[in-house]
Amino acid sequence: MPAGSPTGHAPQPALSLADVRHTFRAGKRVLTALDGITAEAARGAVTGLIGPDGAGKTTLMRLIAGLLRIDAGRIEVLGIDVARNPLAVQARLGYMPQRFGLYEDLSVAENLDLYADLQGVPRGERTTRYAELLRMTGLASFTARMAGRLSGGMKQKLGLACTLVHPPDLLLLDEPTVGVDPVSRRELWQIIDHLTREAHMTVVFSTAYLDEAERCDSVLLIHEGRLLGHGKPGQFTAEMAGRSFFATASLGRRRLQARLAQAPGVIDAVIQGSRVRVVRAEATPPVAAGLVAEAPDLVLIPTPPRFEDSFVARLRALDTTPAPPPSATVALPPTTPQMPSGDVIAIAHLTRRFGTFVAVDDVSFTVARGEIFGLLGANGAGKSTTFRMLCGLLPPSAGTLRVAGFDLRTAAAPARGRIGYMAQKFSLYGDLSVAQNLRFFSSAYRLRGARQRARIAWAETEFELGARRDATARDLPLGFKQRLALACALMHEPEILFLDEPTSGVDPLARREFWRRINALAEAGVTVLVTTHFMEEAEYCDRLVIMAQGKVLAAGEPEAIKRAARTEARPDPTMEDAFIAVIGSPRQPAHAA
Amino acid sequence: MIRQIMALIVKEMLAVLRDAKSRMVLIGPPLIQLLVFGYAATFDLNHVPVAIYDQDPSQASRELVAQFLGAPTFRLVAMLRSPSRIDELIDSRQVQLVLVIDRRFTRDLLTGPPAPLQAIVDGRNSNTALLIEGYANTILNDFSLSWSAAHGRPAPPAVLDMRARFNPTLRSRWFIVPGIVALLTQVVTLLVVGLSVAREREAGTFDQLLVTPMRPIDILLGKGLPGLLIGLFEASVIIAAAVLWFKVPLRGGLLPLYLGLVLFVTAVTGIGLAISALAATQQQALLGAFLFMVPSIILSGFATPIANMPVWVQDLTLINPMRYFLAIVRSVFLEEASVDALAGQYWPMALIAVASLATAGWLFRKRVT
Repeated sequence: MPAGSPTGHAPQPALSLADVRHTFRAGKRVLTALDGITAEAARGAVTGLIGPDGAGKTTLMRLIAGLLRIDAGRIEVLGIDVARNPLAVQARLGYMPQRFGLYEDLSVAENLDLYADLQGVPRGERTTRYAELLRMTGLASFTARMAGRLSGGMKQKLGLACTLVHPPDLLLLDEPTVGVDPVSRRELWQIIDHLTREAHMTVVFSTAYLDEAERCDSVLLIHEGRLLGHGKPGQFTAEMAGRSFFATASLGRRRLQARLAQAPGVIDAVIQGSRVRVVRAEATPPVAAGLVAEAPDLVLIPTPPRFEDSFVARLRALDTTPAPPPSATVALPPTTPQMPSGDVIAIAHLTRRFGTFVAVDDVSFTVARGEIFGLLGANGAGKSTTFRMLCGLLPPSAGTLRVAGFDLRTAAAPARGRIGYMAQKFSLYGDLSVAQNLRFFSSAYRLRGARQRARIAWAETEFELGARRDATARDLPLGFKQRLALACALMHEPEILFLDEPTSGVDPLARREFWRRINALAEAGVTVLVTTHFMEEAEYCDRLVIMAQGKVLAAGEPEAIKRAARTEARPDPTMEDAFIAVIGSPRQPAHAA
Repeated sequence: MIRQIMALIVKEMLAVLRDAKSRMVLIGPPLIQLLVFGYAATFDLNHVPVAIYDQDPSQASRELVAQFLGAPTFRLVAMLRSPSRIDELIDSRQVQLVLVIDRRFTRDLLTGPPAPLQAIVDGRNSNTALLIEGYANTILNDFSLSWSAAHGRPAPPAVLDMRARFNPTLRSRWFIVPGIVALLTQVVTLLVVGLSVAREREAGTFDQLLVTPMRPIDILLGKGLPGLLIGLFEASVIIAAAVLWFKVPLRGGLLPLYLGLVLFVTAVTGIGLAISALAATQQQALLGAFLFMVPSIILSGFATPIANMPVWVQDLTLINPMRYFLAIVRSVFLEEASVDALAGQYWPMALIAVASLATAGWLFRKRVT
């Protein structure tokens, strides 16, 4: 019977993995996707497969569902060997892949009908089942709407409802919360909780968001095909007890972060709001003396550990190479120092209409030189329309917009020469080699001759790409793709750098390395604009605006925005809490910058 | 400006040529299509299955049958002894022609011509039926002439003696293979250019390209020129294959041919860029390319002469660049046409090229900004 029952007799696990291995062949290369995973998932519980993109989560899901033939090892679902009897397993599980196959030209009800037909749900049972699913997903008032016209979060919920038309014993969900706005994300979690607590379903859930670990009953932490940890989320954080602190000092927070990252006995230092969050190698009392010579007034305040701390600690233990050379921390592209300080980006009453649809509605903000500024919002909030106008790719319907001293209505091309842009998912020319990508982007930015050669040489040393200069970009590891994309965006020493969701899905160490570079750039006077729907990236910003439906709902420093969401029940709200509070109660941006 | 465009061209060419798969796509399928078209698309009839119902087995009828079967055109399937199977043979497509030699054939031949003969043809494919009728008439004509000469009969009062200029043996391959040069050049250029922007849109690199200081016109040129070069290369390969493999005589010079080719590929590139500007995905681009390609081939005179079309359709063909290039390539191959003689084909293509490029540029600006 379902778990939740006393653990006196050990019930058979819903899922057991024994030394699961899988490799893919791409041409001559052999990729190890899974390298000996052994674990179990209890019945009636939520088991999280947690790991960055490329960790092997989807491969594992597909092996469990019997959609891939296992190379070695054994998977048992509800006591059935998947490799021997995939059909018997498939009859009892529901699988929702990352891109669920909704038919966009069919209505919500027609999609449900279609999946009920495909899964052979008897007609007599449908009415009650649909009513239950629609109530659970909150889609009851949208049954006649075309699936293509639903928001991202509603599509995910409909996908989930379609997977559940025939209630499975084991439900596999592959990254259902990626790219979904925080409100829908919470609703998805409520549905999952309901499924396990009330319907006693077993759920296996994969995600790259580390903060979702704490919602799971049990966690498999996967990195590069290996199991880094397996247990209750509390066990992961318990290991880290007494090791995490908030650090404050009069030294600038970026400088403080850079120094702390290299301090002895510190394994992690990230900026969070106005403070720096530090994780130490061992549990120590909060003694700050002598940690950073430049900051005698350093204060450490203990803070509860997070799941991410334990991931970082485990990665550091794996990583035998020493911490990044100090030179890289301060190595900066030669910037033009004669630029005047002040506002680099100034937009006022910016509006963009497409027909009757208002994509961006009276948006105003300014960004100062050397600032890291965030545009935070769910998909469809108007971030990319704003961004396209800032690049001069889209003329505004109304309002003024100045970038690097140029009015974009009259001088878009010269303004673009001052902007570096790193697209989402590191869009590079995959067929070209590293060197060819660098050469192309430097030429596109009008570099030539000795300067072009010098900049390419700079990129190859600064980003350690020299050894891989002839590698095809598509075959690079994720971390190197990210470096190459950033190098390409920096070829022409831009004053302004636009980053589109730069680190979502990247492992924590790669994310830290990336932001270390971005912080160093900002210190050197480069203005950075980040568009993201990823709450964690907002923490790295000096200031940010929260956008929804084309409007700015809140603006200011991350700490201030979080402070505004403080309630008695939630004295220390996260950025996600703040986002939900702001979306839930739209108000005028009282302190808009 | 020039350097940026050059960089984009180099990048496009590298993207196509570095990948073994896309190299194959450029070379493999066009060659296969060339072979298929070169061998399969022919108007010549060969080995037409026939049945003969000879009701008058005689010296004269044997001679006539020998003439019919002596040519590679006809292949004897059955000699019939009764008329009962005629319908069945034709209905089941076992034969396409039944030649019925009347009982009075020899008698009337000797005494009172004309001698009666009947040809029953499968009319389901009207084109083939007409060709069979033509062949049969020619053979019968020859038979009549030689019979008259051998038997001291007066020759028929009027005889048609046909000579075909440019293609003396009327080999349809000489007509079709030069047409394939136009056809395949259009297909390859349209696909290379039409998909190039959509591919970048899907990969997300197009935004990256747009935020560089390159202007839309630079991007347009950088995207169009590689297609132009690839189209020219493809056409050269097919021209070489037409001459060296299919032995079609190339009588005219390369100058009139390549002048036409450059104009044609430019016009097609403009159309490809316009499709590219409109399509958000590669699938849409592919659909757009075919939506243009199919009517353009039918309205080019590749298979059916433009002169046979209704007047309003003929007017429609005037905006089809392939129509002009087809005329050029056929004239150069078979007629030894000069640049002067083809002037009437060059300038409309130049106009179309200018118009299509301008439209592409306008659409591009509209879509991008």
